[in-house]
Amino acid sequence: MVKNGLKVEKLNLWFADKHILKDISFSIPDKKITAVIGPSGCGKTTLLRCFNRMNDMADNLRIKGKIILDDYNIYEEKVELSSLRMKVGMVFQKPNPFPKSIYENVAFGLHIKGIKDRSKVLGIIEKSLKDAWLWEEVKDRLSSSAMELSGGQQQRLCIARALATNPEVILFDEPTSALDPQATAKIEELIVELKNSVTVVQVTHNIGQAARISDYTAFLYLGELVEFGTTEKLFTVPQDKRTEEYLEGKFG
Amino acid sequence: MISFSFLTEPPKEGMTKGGIFPAIIGTLYLTILSVLFAFPIGVLSAIYLIEYAKESILVTIIRTAIGTLAGVPSIIFGLFGLAIFVITFGFGVSILSGSLTLGIMILPVIIKASEEAIKAVPKSFREASYALGATKRQTILKVIIPTAMPGIMTGAIMSIGRAAGETAPILFTAATFYTRRLPKSIFDEVMALPYHIYALMTEGTSPEYQVPIAYGTAVVLLGLVLIISSVSIIIRYRMRRKKKW
Repeated sequence: MVKNGLKVEKLNLWFADKHILKDISFSIPDKKITAVIGPSGCGKTTLLRCFNRMNDMADNLRIKGKIILDDYNIYEEKVELSSLRMKVGMVFQKPNPFPKSIYENVAFGLHIKGIKDRSKVLGIIEKSLKDAWLWEEVKDRLSSSAMELSGGQQQRLCIARALATNPEVILFDEPTSALDPQATAKIEELIVELKNSVTVVQVTHNIGQAARISDYTAFLYLGELVEFGTTEKLFTVPQDKRTEEYLEGKFG
Repeated sequence: MISFSFLTEPPKEGMTKGGIFPAIIGTLYLTILSVLFAFPIGVLSAIYLIEYAKESILVTIIRTAIGTLAGVPSIIFGLFGLAIFVITFGFGVSILSGSLTLGIMILPVIIKASEEAIKAVPKSFREASYALGATKRQTILKVIIPTAMPGIMTGAIMSIGRAAGETAPILFTAATFYTRRLPKSIFDEVMALPYHIYALMTEGTSPEYQVPIAYGTAVVLLGLVLIISSVSIIIRYRMRRKKKW
């Protein structure tokens, strides 16, 4: 199957009267890591949450524009939220496993999907946990509570949980901001590994992290997409003065 | 006063001798049935109020009504039960009427506790569930209710003590002064521990024998509430142990 990644076309978003995202257009390449950076309040998390329509739950929200995934606009009416969110997984800032067993956590999406066959579920769980580098640590205690895992393990469990529905895209919302440096390093490595099978969009506060792991970087400032390009180019020869100043640490 | 025969025998000789077995069974019936009635309705109401109800006049009225219900004197519930269940619905003086009346009385406690428990479920759990493609209904059923269950159980446990101990609501709806036989169906009237105490103390003809029985009955009532609560607390504890967050 040929996939074209994600394409954002003239995306505008308002919360009540506040214009949060202003006319954003860019293409996120398939099977690459794209980082979205910018100072707090620039709308980067809001932008990320547009890709799986998590913003839909908020009141007073208006969205204009398109996000194209596999040749269709995810904001079309006929799009089923449930299947969209299985295609576009999300990992949150703070690890948020359910207060259930490790097994049940990874199986959650599968049960939602209606997959009941136990051996099939077990197979997918094993694969997802392996892909999230957690299998070796938990294979003997799948039925114990996910709450007993360390923060880093919990975040990898959340990644496994997102992988279980076989997504094309995984959105990461500052996935390491609540973790210690060691756990962070492991998650970063894991994300790099994941791009072999999925498209990764990552919001980060941490410019160093964006430079280390991403292939492409988008710089967002006050709701505008200031610059988008390969990470190498954006970090070495930024085209816009604001990008340069942000990267130098003059604001943000 | 408390002996094996006191717990297992029916009253004898004009209630001056014998035990209180029918009253124990009656109170168990009334308590368990009333919680069975009130628990699902209470939990569903709380889910509606927290997850579905938008701010509207109707919802404000419902909330006020629930708050008011909690403050209504229990004798009023008794009269209400008499008018509605016993007479209008024709259930007669029976376990059914009594437990429905008790159920209404404990409803606000269960609703409030469930609301608090549902509100306390972290937002991040909901988000995780939605992000995995779950619908609102699936999120409520698979994430919110299981997570809130220990808190909901707390409300149920609190209401057990109240349902078992109240006299006024069952005065006209379920309780009878004396019966030797055990109830055969929920349409039978029953003896109940709190009412038994009340009856012995107010209507007894030979207080020198009956007052000690009343005090003994009080101890049994307390013991019964303690046992039912302990069982529920153990269940809650087991649920909670799996779920720290």
